[in-house]
Amino acid sequence: MAMTAPEIEALIRTALPDAEVTITDLAGDGDHYAAHVVSSAFAGKPRVAQHKLVYEALGGRMGGVLHALQLTTAVPN
Amino acid sequence: MSDVNTRIGDIVSSNDIVLFMKGTPLFPQCGFSSRAIAILEHLNVPYESVDVLQDMEIRQAIKSFSEWPTIPQLYVKGEFVGGSDIMMEMYEAGELHQLIADAGIAAQG
Repeated sequence: MAMTAPEIEALIRTALPDAEVTITDLAGDGDHYAAHVVSSAFAGKPRVAQHKLVYEALGGRMGGVLHALQLTTAVPN
Repeated sequence: MSDVNTRIGDIVSSNDIVLFMKGTPLFPQCGFSSRAIAILEHLNVPYESVDVLQDMEIRQAIKSFSEWPTIPQLYVKGEFVGGSDIMMEMYEAGELHQLIADAGIAAQG
């Protein structure tokens, strides 16, 4: 039960509407992704808190159906 | 549940640097755990590792303990630092060296 890149992006943008989400399918198998998320919601938050916002957006799928998601976060310039 | 949280608390408080991972440093069983080990090896610091695949109780409980959904998980001086992505970002920014130096943990000779 893998997820598609658009599904992942949609979940993140639902929780973080201003987010710029760039998703790369690392292995081309629909199961190993890298996501780069840029959102003003991250401003002033430590990295752990930034990543937790994205994990919360994914609603418990992280570590479940979504095993392999490399995540980097940033605040807009 | 409280027993396993006590066990986890003991592990993170009795080891300056501890990585909860899948597999062992010599034989990581997941790419993310492998990456975390590579970073620790580059830092050349002493660390303890816990193979969650050998301990189902910890494997489940560590996620609520840290409120973090994935493994590996790095703790320094009892504080949750992050998973392998955060370790990599911090490593590349020099922040992981700094965190460990600030914690008073010396590199291995």
